[in-house]
Amino acid sequence: MEKIILAILVGGSFGFILHKVGATNPNKIVGFLRLTDLHLAKVILFAIGFSSLLLFILMAVGVISPMHISVKASYAGVIVGGAIFGIGFGLGGYCPGTTLAALGSGRKDSIFMILGGLVGAWAYVLAYGWLTESMPWLFDKIAGGNVSLAVTGNESYPALIDGMPGIVVAGVIALLFMGGAFLLPNKFRSN
Amino acid sequence: MSSSWGWLKSGTILGLSFLLAVALVKPIGVSTQYVIADCFIFCKLKPDLAQEHVDADGNKSYSSSNAYLNKNNGKYAKSTLNIANYGFIFVLAMFAGGFLASKLGGPKVGKEETWIPQVWKDNLGSSWIKRMIGAFASGFFILFGARMAGGCTSGHMMSGMMQTSLSGYIFAAGVFAIAVPLAIILFKK
Repeated sequence: MEKIILAILVGGSFGFILHKVGATNPNKIVGFLRLTDLHLAKVILFAIGFSSLLLFILMAVGVISPMHISVKASYAGVIVGGAIFGIGFGLGGYCPGTTLAALGSGRKDSIFMILGGLVGAWAYVLAYGWLTESMPWLFDKIAGGNVSLAVTGNESYPALIDGMPGIVVAGVIALLFMGGAFLLPNKFRSN
Repeated sequence: MSSSWGWLKSGTILGLSFLLAVALVKPIGVSTQYVIADCFIFCKLKPDLAQEHVDADGNKSYSSSNAYLNKNNGKYAKSTLNIANYGFIFVLAMFAGGFLASKLGGPKVGKEETWIPQVWKDNLGSSWIKRMIGAFASGFFILFGARMAGGCTSGHMMSGMMQTSLSGYIFAAGVFAIAVPLAIILFKK
């Protein structure tokens, strides 16, 4: 029950925030992708850098347990799947999550995005067995699979840069992201 | 659009929301829940897609006749049969969050934009059917790709890169390598 209440609170806040930052607006997503309005690029760069810095600081001082870390696997399909994702992202201007909050905010074309998403996800579920047999290279691990760049303290996930404390590696990356957000202009192209 | 937040405030609060999710429960991930919703529908027609087994000691295990749903000891089958779980309630709450945000201070979606975003109208016309097909196709590619990649913007890009996960970086590389040129070609104004 406690988890359900958390889901409502965290999910609700997440939807609320996605709308307030402009991520539910396909005009903003397309503006970001065609480099004419980099608002969302600055938001995402800063959000990743800031949350990463806080996460590694809080893990270093023992407030957040490394057991909460969950590093996904790296394999060829992550890049290929990302590229297929990119086709839909560039075409529609929604993500799997932003489209849900967008529907809540009144963007009704999200209904078709979500329906297409349900069909696309099911198509992958049905194609999976065939893909593992006919294109096994898609599932070839990259750099060992479930790896991070910085040491997280969770031994399930080896770090690629393990000669120095995780907070140093993650801290440098985080500062680059946050600095990038400040340095990025509002647009690269005018129209 | 003045009711939207500026980029620094946006980035700070969005970052805190991802951090809060990790600190309280686990990293945010949305695209998995499309599979769970599908499985919930289709296992009504084909019950062997999600099955629960109870052994003599009362221990539960899960399996599926589908190779994908059966992965990781039937993890998807388990989530489907226990659909009132964290992940699924989370995505339902996201609708409510978007609704509240548009009501409490906005920005509100203009009437002329409820079915077709302005940037689509400016470049691809005001045909409702065309946008409907475009949005459906977009959803198809996005979720097919996200399931192949094992995550989407929230799981790979935000939560992943926050943890310095290699997968987040390679996912982002794949996405932007295609999405940026495609958006530039499709949307010229």
